[in-house]
Amino acid sequence: MSEPRNKIITEDQAVATLRSGMTLGIGGWGSRRKPMSLVRSLLRSDITDLTVVSYGGPDVGLLCAAGKVKKLIYAFVSLDSIPLEPHFRLARQNATIPEPTEWDEGMLQWALFAGSLRLPFLPTRAGLGSGVMDVNPSLKTVKSPYADGEELLAVPAIRLDAAFVHMNRSDARGNAQYLGPDVYFDDLFLSACEPGRRFVSAEKIIPTEDLLKEGTFHTLKINRSMVDGVIHAPNGAHFTTCEPDYGRDEAFQKAYVDAARDPEAWKAFSDRFLAGDEANYQSQVVAWREEIKAAKEAAK
Amino acid sequence: MSDSVALADVIAVACAEAWRGDGEIFASGMGVMQMLGARVARATFEPDLMISDGEAFYVSGDLPIGGTQKLVEGWIPFRSVFDTLAGGRRHVMMGASQIDRYGNSNIANIGPWAKPKSQLLGVRGGPGNTVNNATSFFIPKHQTSVFVASVDMVSGVGYDRAKKVGGFIAKRHDLRRVVTNLAVLDFNSPDNSMQLVSLHPGVSIDDVVSNTGFELVIPSTVPISRPPTAAESAAIETIDPKGLRHREIPA
Repeated sequence: MSEPRNKIITEDQAVATLRSGMTLGIGGWGSRRKPMSLVRSLLRSDITDLTVVSYGGPDVGLLCAAGKVKKLIYAFVSLDSIPLEPHFRLARQNATIPEPTEWDEGMLQWALFAGSLRLPFLPTRAGLGSGVMDVNPSLKTVKSPYADGEELLAVPAIRLDAAFVHMNRSDARGNAQYLGPDVYFDDLFLSACEPGRRFVSAEKIIPTEDLLKEGTFHTLKINRSMVDGVIHAPNGAHFTTCEPDYGRDEAFQKAYVDAARDPEAWKAFSDRFLAGDEANYQSQVVAWREEIKAAKEAAK
Repeated sequence: MSDSVALADVIAVACAEAWRGDGEIFASGMGVMQMLGARVARATFEPDLMISDGEAFYVSGDLPIGGTQKLVEGWIPFRSVFDTLAGGRRHVMMGASQIDRYGNSNIANIGPWAKPKSQLLGVRGGPGNTVNNATSFFIPKHQTSVFVASVDMVSGVGYDRAKKVGGFIAKRHDLRRVVTNLAVLDFNSPDNSMQLVSLHPGVSIDDVVSNTGFELVIPSTVPISRPPTAAESAAIETIDPKGLRHREIPA
């Protein structure tokens, strides 16, 4: 009798399957439900020259700051409550991202959808007439073969070598669940990815029979055929939102932004929070909160 | 007009007016004043508008800005926003760091795109918004560094570029109005270049012209932006009880 695949791994085991030069898609949106523990593991690796596709937040900022991004396909990079991502800004202003590729938000969705359907492109109007066409001279248009004859933008498909998403729940086989208000485009990131490196981290790993205890069947957008590795990552989206398990850690996000303003402060921040493993990160966040609380008490 | 009417309230009403006549579509506001305008329009003269909480839900009732007691009437995750805007059933009011005479707008970067002096948000959904659904703008500081001859990155498509694309986009392209701290403007001139619609109380035509970096179309008579009605004033207080709108307007 055959056994089902065993998919439970760690962040570092997932990252160990990646190679420099790969195309990586990262789920979430801005500073919302980002697979941060997987990104932190990637920061500790020597993988570089990545093509990163993301509705960008601190995932993109951190990978830019670490010099791991060769090509970035994005429509924005933002921390939501703090609109501008400091590391991304610096990377763009210093022109240290070799191939910035700026598209409309809808174009990213279309490229991933085309990739997931194994189509070469999907047509859209989003992008036409805008600066997107000026700064991406390789983009082509296609003429409708029907009576309208309209000229449309042919968004080229993106196939990913690896995908990271963070969910609220997953069973051990990768049937994963979002309990917050929006799945964003996480299902598309997984569907557009070659089988082999499709990774889901989750707040809790639960038995399959518990999947409908906290949410309706509508929350099961991600099934195990879309997933190769499952990582138990409590607080894994920190400092981004992971509703309803936790909201954004606004104070920590602000500390992140403040540290990014100054190279020495950033070195201290990354030495403390990012140099060690995920367990160290999480314990340092707890310690940091205690320090802030104590400082507030002392100021009273 | 009474001196007691705050400029922010006149501007909130000028923003609300952008959605007049829109009916049962998604009125989307990117920013405090934009959200206030959409919600005041629905609370008073445009009751069928759809309003979101800015996260993922359509909300009924007069949700205050930042309010958490939501009466949910529908679900509008980002994927549905994209579907709705491509279907044209949306009118968004955005911000802009730069805008030119034909309404080409920029929220992406200042300075050359390849190596910006200042990286801002990126184009976001601006390209798709401006060729698919009606788009208006609220710009809190009307000055020549914002109202420019030429934007550094076209994140939102203006009339000249839409006409160059032609076809469906040229036919449906729909930039409605630009509300600033000085005036209301639109693109209803013969060649769709920006024209003055009304002046906020105490503002002169010269104030607007000297803070605009391109030639504006100035009609022979320019009215003063109207004050809120009693119902609108009440709606403004209900929707923005903390007075966040006043922080949006430079002193």
